[in-house]
Amino acid sequence: MIAPPDRENGAPSPFGAPPRHEGHPPHLRPVGIVSYGFYVPRYRIRTETIAQVWGHDGPQTAANLNVRQKSVPGPDEDVATISVEATRQAIDRVGFDPRRVGAIYVGSESHPYAVKPTGTILAAAIGAGPELTAADFEFACKAGTAAMQTAMGLVRSSMVDTALVVAADTSQGAPRNALEYSASAGGAAFLIGSEDIIASLNHTVSFTTDTPDFWRREGQKYPSHGERFTGRPAFFRHVKACAERMMAAMESTPDDYQHAVFHQPNGKFPVNIAKQLGFTMDQIQTGLLAPKIGNTYSAAAPLGLAAVLDIAAPGDRVFVTGYGSGAGSDAFDITVTDAIVDYRKKKSRTVEEHLAKTVDLDYSTYAKYRGKIILGD
Amino acid sequence: MATNPAEKARHHAGREVAVIGIGQTAFGERWEASFRDLVTEAGLKAIQDANIQGEDIDAVYVGSMSTALTIGQEHVAPLVIDHAGLADFHMPATRVEGSGASGSIAFRQGVLAVRSGDADIVVVGGVEKMTDSSDAETARIVGSSMDQEWESFVGATDTAIHAMMARAHMDELGTTLDMLAQVAVKNHDHGLKNPYAQFKRPITREQVHAAPMVADPLTRLHCAPLSDGASTVVLCPLEAAESFTKKPVKVAGTGQGSDTLALHARHSLTTMAAARAAAERAYAQAGWGPDSVDVAELHDAYTVNELIALEDLGFFPRGGAGPATLEGETALGGRIPINPSGGLKARGHAVGATGLAQIAEIVSQLRNEAEGRQVKDARRGVCHNTGGTGATAVVTALEVL
Amino acid sequence: MGVPRFWREQPHRYRLEGTRCTNCDRVYFPPRWVCPVCRRESVGKMERHKMDGTGTVVASTVVHDPAPGFEDQVPYAVAIIELDEGCRLTTQVSDVADPHDVVPGMRVKSAFRRIQSDGASGVIYYGTKFVPLVEQGSTPS
Repeated sequence: MIAPPDRENGAPSPFGAPPRHEGHPPHLRPVGIVSYGFYVPRYRIRTETIAQVWGHDGPQTAANLNVRQKSVPGPDEDVATISVEATRQAIDRVGFDPRRVGAIYVGSESHPYAVKPTGTILAAAIGAGPELTAADFEFACKAGTAAMQTAMGLVRSSMVDTALVVAADTSQGAPRNALEYSASAGGAAFLIGSEDIIASLNHTVSFTTDTPDFWRREGQKYPSHGERFTGRPAFFRHVKACAERMMAAMESTPDDYQHAVFHQPNGKFPVNIAKQLGFTMDQIQTGLLAPKIGNTYSAAAPLGLAAVLDIAAPGDRVFVTGYGSGAGSDAFDITVTDAIVDYRKKKSRTVEEHLAKTVDLDYSTYAKYRGKIILGD
Repeated sequence: MATNPAEKARHHAGREVAVIGIGQTAFGERWEASFRDLVTEAGLKAIQDANIQGEDIDAVYVGSMSTALTIGQEHVAPLVIDHAGLADFHMPATRVEGSGASGSIAFRQGVLAVRSGDADIVVVGGVEKMTDSSDAETARIVGSSMDQEWESFVGATDTAIHAMMARAHMDELGTTLDMLAQVAVKNHDHGLKNPYAQFKRPITREQVHAAPMVADPLTRLHCAPLSDGASTVVLCPLEAAESFTKKPVKVAGTGQGSDTLALHARHSLTTMAAARAAAERAYAQAGWGPDSVDVAELHDAYTVNELIALEDLGFFPRGGAGPATLEGETALGGRIPINPSGGLKARGHAVGATGLAQIAEIVSQLRNEAEGRQVKDARRGVCHNTGGTGATAVVTALEVL
Repeated sequence: MGVPRFWREQPHRYRLEGTRCTNCDRVYFPPRWVCPVCRRESVGKMERHKMDGTGTVVASTVVHDPAPGFEDQVPYAVAIIELDEGCRLTTQVSDVADPHDVVPGMRVKSAFRRIQSDGASGVIYYGTKFVPLVEQGSTPS
């Protein structure tokens, strides 16, 4: 049993109290999701296709990971293009004036540039700014949820009218490494604002320690990881602690939520943690996308949330917990509002529809698209 | 003042001009020859053919498309004078550029200089050295004649643009792959008889179809090569021509036209308006038209270009060029022999030199000196030279009196 | 390609911003600052105009011998698209199962994509490609 993080008994939570305890403070605005969009590249490579190359047992690998296939970006796609496509869907759906966006945060561990923001490319592509603040976030797979927390703060405090948060990745796993079976690509975008909210962001808490379970050094093409160390002391410890703190703060139990979304480094971990916390398969089914598209890293929990928002009813409560190696977990308590009904009348593709049209790749084409082939020049 | 371009062109008030000398190098992969070697070789041949001396030359024009990219050298006009041993005469030397039509534009500038009375003897050279650059550099050079911002930038190649013309020609006008391929087959047959030609081997339509695809439907054998080579002509007033040569060839008309740089902005994909305008002006000056042309050199950078040119210059109605080519009407011995030199396809395409190689070929034909490929009783000939994907076109009408 | 040269074209490349002649209402993409129909009447009367991004293929080819920098995408479809506003542009058509499927009459929409880059260390040039209006692909089992 791993000890919970050290904390003096009785010390107040640094996250403050959720609004439901004290009423809505007059100096803070409500905050929530105004619109959302998503993009997953259409290419897929099957777990068995990868396994065949390395002499692994394909069906067994797919079953162990609960990942049948993963998404692969095309040669003309990266985090910037995925971010733009996801954001355009969010903006076009509600006819949002991009000049109202006061902050753009893109969370990713695979930004196209090491130095030079993705957010500025996104801003230019949607016609936002120049009066806005932008920055790229990096915290392994939870860069997007961390960006969402920052956006919540800016909107709640009236520092910006609306913030745009994008979680996107085109993550890479080294050839033959276990990561190669899951590291995939996708993105989700959220307009975070105070008016016309379709889902209220009630509260957020985080749980963060220095746990080197997965990393990529500057200049390295592929990440490294601590193998089985990525499990119990990393993913499970942080997600569980964070989720428990959220339910403690909200005085809620799993039964209070219609939907739950967990980070999904594969298709197995989120199912396992859901059970540990007392959530059912019914609650996590809609947001569980890893079996179909692999681990979209920063986008994994946000894409799951998008899938839930596609179908959730007014009043539904959604429990979202992201995880990023290194390590930390961010949890969100969300309530879908009545506005979702009118929002859904503005027709746009659903996650399910978007994932329905795919093109299977063989390993060599996948290797070419992902720059895994050493060229002579 | 006339406002119709053809009317305007007809009323040039200048002197009549004649070609009195021609010289060209073999086209091809001239590994041993530099830009300087090529231009000097062709220039000396033309000067000797015209029986002139260096001190007779009043002006020099050089057509070359892309010397900065091919050999890292701009300012090539004085270089040409320098290496021909003529620097001490300090004559005006001017380089002109119009992509693949650079040579014909230089020729036209020379004609205008003589017409105006500013110069009596003008030497016009065209030259390109395409094999000192890598394949990737060469691809960039060719792409630079298209709209760099809105065609090349997105990955469209010169062949891709012409492939879309070919597809459109097939869709709109019923042209077939066999008709397109026959252009290459015929021009290879012609090239067999031209000592300057790059390719001296016959090909079949089946070989054209089976060659590696470059941009659908154009295989490699639909595409002219990019060659090294130079070609030069000497001009003087027609009235003085007989003091230099027994067989002066009159420049009956010269027309030039332009159009949008990008194909997508043009009104049609299956005709080149620049070439139609150039032809109209050249015919108007000549006082004769396509019906009296005995032989022509057309810019067949791709097979489809020859079919488009045959229709633009009025040799065949729209959609008529393909079937006529298949019937042999454009072959040597046919109704209107096209590209007896082998054209760009077989003679080779030394970009800036091509327009002047066309003129040298037609002059040879009109002088009755085109041994092995002579068009019988040829008295009137036309050259058609285009730049880029058709944004520039020059048509030159030549005749013997 | 130098950075400034790309940077100043961003509104056009990223957002399909063309121009509109307020004298005759014609729209232009790629942008023109002189209307070829109105000419001097249009001087000073050209406004920026954002294109909707939907159009129809009018001509197409499949490139097998690529432009430098496009080697990884071979074979790729290049097409002339007529935007619904009436102007034409040259583009790659991406996201097709087979590039030969790109034929005249096909309906397409714009997509934000990487176009090229100055090698591995240079600037990445983004821009607009077109993709089928109706997404292509098979339904995974």
